[in-house]
Amino acid sequence: MIVAEVESAPQAASTSTPDEQTPVVNDFCINVATKNGSGSATANTTLLRALFKMGIPVSGKNVFPSNIQGMPTWYTIRLSKDNYIGRRPNAEIVVAMNPATALEDHQKAEPGGVFMYADDIKIPLNRTDLSYYPIPAKKLASENETDPKLRTYVANMVYVGALAQLLGIDLLDIERALLYHFRGKRKPVETNMKVVKLAAEWAAANLKKTDRFRVQEMHATDGMIMIDGNTAAALGAIYGGVSFVAWYPITPATGVADGLNEYLPRLRIDPETRKPSYSIVQAEDELAALGMVIGAGWAGARAMTSTSGPGISLMAEFTGYGYFAEIPAVIWDIQRMGPSTGMPTRVSQGDLITAHWLGHGDSKHVCLLPGSVYECFEFGWRAFDLAERLQTPVFVLSDLDLGMNQWMTRPFDYPDQPMDRGKVLTAEDLNRLGIGGFKRYKDVDGDGIAPRTLPGTEHPLAAYFTRGTGHDENARLSERPEDWEGNMERLTRKFETARELVPRPVEERVEGAQVAIIAYGSTDFAVSEAREMLAKQGIKTSYMRLRALPLPEEAKAFVAAHEHVYVVEMNTDAQMCQLLRLHVPEAAAKISACNHNDGMPLTAAWISTTIVKKEKGIH
Amino acid sequence: MTTVPVVKPVTTTPPAPAATRAAKKVNIIGLERIDYKGADSTLCAGCGHDSIASQIITACYEMGVRPENLIKLSGIGCSSKSPAYFMSRSFGINTLHGRMAPVATGALTANHKLHGIGVSGDGDTGSIGLGNFIHMLRRNVRMVYIVENNGVYGLTKGQFSATADLGQELKHAGKNELPPIDLCMEAIAAECGFVARGFAGDPKQVVALIKAALSHRGTAVLDIISPCVTFNNKDESTKSYAWGRARDERINDFTFVAPQDEIKVEYGPGEMKEVELHDGSRILLKKLDQGHDPTDRLAATNLLQDARDHQLFITGLIYVNTERQNLAEHEDLGDVPLARMPESRLRPPRESLQKIMAAMA
Repeated sequence: MIVAEVESAPQAASTSTPDEQTPVVNDFCINVATKNGSGSATANTTLLRALFKMGIPVSGKNVFPSNIQGMPTWYTIRLSKDNYIGRRPNAEIVVAMNPATALEDHQKAEPGGVFMYADDIKIPLNRTDLSYYPIPAKKLASENETDPKLRTYVANMVYVGALAQLLGIDLLDIERALLYHFRGKRKPVETNMKVVKLAAEWAAANLKKTDRFRVQEMHATDGMIMIDGNTAAALGAIYGGVSFVAWYPITPATGVADGLNEYLPRLRIDPETRKPSYSIVQAEDELAALGMVIGAGWAGARAMTSTSGPGISLMAEFTGYGYFAEIPAVIWDIQRMGPSTGMPTRVSQGDLITAHWLGHGDSKHVCLLPGSVYECFEFGWRAFDLAERLQTPVFVLSDLDLGMNQWMTRPFDYPDQPMDRGKVLTAEDLNRLGIGGFKRYKDVDGDGIAPRTLPGTEHPLAAYFTRGTGHDENARLSERPEDWEGNMERLTRKFETARELVPRPVEERVEGAQVAIIAYGSTDFAVSEAREMLAKQGIKTSYMRLRALPLPEEAKAFVAAHEHVYVVEMNTDAQMCQLLRLHVPEAAAKISACNHNDGMPLTAAWISTTIVKKEKGIH
Repeated sequence: MTTVPVVKPVTTTPPAPAATRAAKKVNIIGLERIDYKGADSTLCAGCGHDSIASQIITACYEMGVRPENLIKLSGIGCSSKSPAYFMSRSFGINTLHGRMAPVATGALTANHKLHGIGVSGDGDTGSIGLGNFIHMLRRNVRMVYIVENNGVYGLTKGQFSATADLGQELKHAGKNELPPIDLCMEAIAAECGFVARGFAGDPKQVVALIKAALSHRGTAVLDIISPCVTFNNKDESTKSYAWGRARDERINDFTFVAPQDEIKVEYGPGEMKEVELHDGSRILLKKLDQGHDPTDRLAATNLLQDARDHQLFITGLIYVNTERQNLAEHEDLGDVPLARMPESRLRPPRESLQKIMAAMA
């Protein structure tokens, strides 16, 4: 099943050790075990959103197989009054709906916790440290739903109703969540609510509450929204003016295209002409998807694609081409576990080095590293500004955890600056420059970025020839050594310009801290909590969250200012750690890997335990 | 073998404006032929590809295509070098091996007002890029897709390509034991609405085909047998000049009439079939005794199968169908190309984001 974390995991940073009688309010995990394809997603996201609507900080994580129907799936909801929304290894409340995993699920319940189970599951219930609640899921569902297909679905609503009763979730909040889920459609809301209510009534009449867990309304989520990172990415792209999308279906990136397909027709149809300001093409493969994006970017569109690891591999040649021919493109990589097909429904940060250096020969790429759904939106629009300013492919490295799970966030801010379309010469510019004035690959400004013109610019001097072969400043084919070297030097200069233009790292220096953590992407939630745990054990830590490659100058001073620097990441080869050692070679010895890669999001417990061990010299 | 009448190429060159008539010969938009020329070719002397480049120049000059409004695309290979050798005032893009189709799809969707001429080869289109080629035809991107087909890899020095005929012999590669891929047959199977075969040794027909192709609504595939003088031009090669000259069998006699031109061809009643193209141009086909009807898809397939079975060197317009909408139409694109839209069209207003955010609370 999920993950066995063998070391004694410390409690969440906030949780004190309460005695047996003290109620535990808004600070525990619920883990629901079901089969995939059984409709449990509706039940789980309803539960999640209902808690969110009660004002309780929550996060939800779907741990699912690469399969359509019948294999084990888990959904974990963490409630955290102190706002820690990273993953925790085990849950206090286990809801077992899948006979195939019930034994294991039973074992994994935290001591003092709850084991709620479908009453047709027959396993030995032999723990004395759990509260047991059997629920008649099938019975209630079949008594109240005649459609056999819907019956399976609404059976999941039985645990929603029972949990609501036992934990104290207001049924009105459940209803509001269902309304959100079914986009205001009354019929399915009523069907589901009927079962929720019956289950709650049944639980009130038949279950005696013997556990300590309950929820209570808070106001910690006031003004916040809940959204998945892929939809956030799509919205960011739309507000970034994306006008051409080519993509190929792949888990876990498909949600980005789904988001674009959902929101573009709502937001980007001209009110007068009724014509779209976008085009979305589902390509025949990822190679073609990026080829189309490169073509569209060359012609002047804001073009993007979204994919995951295997798609990135197929895009290698076009990425190198885009770098060398200097064509803007935005490539979202919703990272999943590789190599090869790997674990397509599990998370990793394993594409970092691949994306950074994708292509043959010497090529290097800007990579944005969103650390939240808020940044998925923000980098969604910024990526186009960077791609067009730098005339180069720009990667945005999200991951499955950010992309496919629901996260609470402050609402997205509208872009705070007009679009940067980069150095594009118009027919008037060409008139002014005169014959010989426009050289496609000449570094006029010293920043490595040469001006370009767009196909269709009606001027006899506008055209140039784009190629992946060696070329001179006039874009003419050239195999002269000096032309080659001059061009590559300019591209390197452009990369240094990129270093200054990309989002700055978020840095938090703690006075007196000798230990520092560097991390990026979705591990931020676990790192923040781990730092609290470490502080409680007397280890003060500074923190730098990287938000882009190329690596920033700031990282050098940050490393220099600390004795030990731990690079937290989710890949086997400690990829960012290696990049940092190259970036700060004189301090390479004090940069340590703190990497873990098992398909599950990192936990604060693992990070803090690992750093404590390393600090104590235990290996 | 039957001989079929020679293609009558374009009828008229429009008269130049009076002011310049005495000084220079210009086309309908006032440009000289020199405005359509490209860089000097670096291909082998006598290469069929150079002849085709020169027919592209003729077609575009005579049709009065504004060079800035046309993009030239290619993949990688000898054929794919040739966009540099025509129309230097047009934007060009030399893409990756076999990948002209996706780049063209993106570029011509981003700016669907542009004309596109793509030049690819049999290795580029028939092997590495076959999948992308087929999918582009499904989407029906409006462009002229020329395959300069010589049955051999030139730049890597003489390997068989996928269009090499069965039994074909090459100096180093030996004998080809595999059946060829017929790109016209593939194109028809993929619902391409304009499929023609030409011969680089018959420039007049090539010009007429390019003009009609430029006027077509979607992707127009021109499979032009273009001999490789270095690696595959022995007289017994089915892709050689000698073979083509001896056996070229034109399947139809057609006339391309640009929208601004008057019809100057005289046909008797019932002798002529007219196909109107998307831009108002027309193709006038003379009905021959046992003539091929290029609007009949099954007849087109049978014709190609027959040519394959009997190793016939047929050229002409094999299939035409102007019914199917192109990708830009499918995408419902308006007058302003996506690539030319201002920020006001591309970034939705602030209030719209606030509304979405409120709904997610």
